Amino acid sequence: MSGDAKARGLRGWIDARFPFTKLWEEHAAKYYAPKNFNFWYYFGSLAIFVLVLQLFTGIWLTMYYKPSAEHAFASVEYIMRDVHWGWLIRYLHSTGASAFFIVIYLHMFRGLLYGSYRKPRELLWLIGMAIYAILMAEAFFGYLLPWGQMSYWGAQVITSLFGAVPGIGEKLMIWIRGDYTVSDVTLNRFFALHVAAMPLLLVLLVVVHLMALHEVGSNNPDGIDIKRHKDANGIPLDGIPFHPYYTVKDMVGVTVFLIVFALVVFYSPTMLGLFLEPENFEPANPLKTPEHIAPVWYFTPFYSILRCVPDKLWGVVALAASIFVLFLLPWLDRGRVRSVRYRGRGFKIALALFVIAVLILGHLGAKPPTPGRNLVARSCAVLYFGYFVFLWVYTFFDLEKTKPEPERVTNGSVKWIPQWIQWQRLEKAKREPERVSPK
Amino acid sequence: MKPEGADLRRRRLLTGAAGVVGGVGVAYAAVPFLSYWQPSVQAEAAAAPVEVDISKLEPGQKIDVEWRGKPIWVFRRTQEELDTLPKLNDLLRDPHSEVVTQQPPYCQNLPRSIKPEYGVMVGICTHLGCIPLYEPKPGSVDDEWLGGFFCPCHGSKYDLAGRVYKGVPAPLNLAVPPYWYPSESRIVIGEHQEEGGAS
Repeated sequence: MSGDAKARGLRGWIDARFPFTKLWEEHAAKYYAPKNFNFWYYFGSLAIFVLVLQLFTGIWLTMYYKPSAEHAFASVEYIMRDVHWGWLIRYLHSTGASAFFIVIYLHMFRGLLYGSYRKPRELLWLIGMAIYAILMAEAFFGYLLPWGQMSYWGAQVITSLFGAVPGIGEKLMIWIRGDYTVSDVTLNRFFALHVAAMPLLLVLLVVVHLMALHEVGSNNPDGIDIKRHKDANGIPLDGIPFHPYYTVKDMVGVTVFLIVFALVVFYSPTMLGLFLEPENFEPANPLKTPEHIAPVWYFTPFYSILRCVPDKLWGVVALAASIFVLFLLPWLDRGRVRSVRYRGRGFKIALALFVIAVLILGHLGAKPPTPGRNLVARSCAVLYFGYFVFLWVYTFFDLEKTKPEPERVTNGSVKWIPQWIQWQRLEKAKREPERVSPK
Repeated sequence: MKPEGADLRRRRLLTGAAGVVGGVGVAYAAVPFLSYWQPSVQAEAAAAPVEVDISKLEPGQKIDVEWRGKPIWVFRRTQEELDTLPKLNDLLRDPHSEVVTQQPPYCQNLPRSIKPEYGVMVGICTHLGCIPLYEPKPGSVDDEWLGGFFCPCHGSKYDLAGRVYKGVPAPLNLAVPPYWYPSESRIVIGEHQEEGGAS
């Protein structure tokens, strides 16, 4: 319990038996977050919002969905056509999957931008990366469930990747599928993993991620430690309580997100084949491969990396490495400052090139391969891995020319807002001095 | 939050307004999630009225048909069986079918049917949903038994008009579904005549 007067009534009764007030204060009312959070800091809370949305719509879908090769496709059609509001629940879930990745990618990019993975937040970053890996598995398992052509062949291709493991590959692949090809058995186990195992892990890891965050404290756009300057009560001078300041800010974020999200759900749920691929409106046919197999957009950068390597085993190694290297980021970056605001020009250029490379890889991964495209994909793959090599060389040999970090957080681009509020107060005080006098 | 210098009235108004608008949004969002649990369009179609041919039903016989997944009894009573009905009135909870939810108005009569001979009833015990047994023979359940329906689960007893006995767990008479006769030998179960006439 904090030093405050003990709560009475129901709250007091609960607090004597369960740390309700303690948890609330530690994680909301007395969790002091830096006061200079900007646009990029919406995506953490948005990710939680989308997770809850996916849990709800997902649970609702399982009420009519049938995880069998014979009935899966028809049961999805049944939900779309005959179940009241089934189309909405399903489109919320399918659009939610893409929204989840958009939000997570922006959340991760924020980490790169402001060095949020740096000491002491290495473990926080690792937990976050674990969430990302589980999320990819969750999305992959889920994509098989409608049992459309792209579901089927996507699962066939991705499970085949495990066949590239030397020695045990073939056996491993069959073990994962539970059959000699992707079949009813595979669908059934993917369903179990998608609706039970992965979501449980996700929720658990999100809780662990938040606990780790609240232990070390949030980073901020200046990348400096707000705990260095505290008031007499030990509260960071540049910190504000998460509730109500950031809960209200995040509500604005959720509102804007929902407007954009609803536009997609109601007007373009397939997003021109990007969120739901046209081939997937055809039932799975194990005897006919679609002309062109592409994963959903959120996997395409990695798929490009896989495809541009002209060797099966090394392609899979490159794919695995492209994700694994992100885990190493806290130890590759040894720079003196965290935030892009005070980093050297080399870092800024490298980060920009990295983002461009990922976007081009993502674009190419959705298209059929041609020799020309392969060449571009290879160059971008080099840029992708090059970012990490450059970052290590740049910082390990101390080649970076950084700008001095400020002692206290700055307001960034929104400096005018507090000034405007102050000006308003002064104007009001001039007009009616007696009403604004301090109480 | 620090109250100093803050306009508390405005803050209350803004919090209240945001809460109300948000609450309306949540309420609207709840509609699809709740409606989703309703019977689907397919289930609604499967719940359509069913038509039964009764031309081959002999006196003393009973057939079962399914409507909305429930067993519906169609049975033909003999004149002797019909004669037993008024004698039982004192032993019954609701001899005059005064509980209006248990039958359509046109069946609120002694045999609880449109034609006295033909009984149409939902074969589900009003106690806990078991299916009672058809026991038309006098004396088959106990010595005073004049024929009727007997529920094996908890011993509820009904007469041949589906009227429940006193002193058994079932509280209500057996339900009579809406039905009508499109012809002498056919019954449509699941809609009233005025609904069926329109289609």
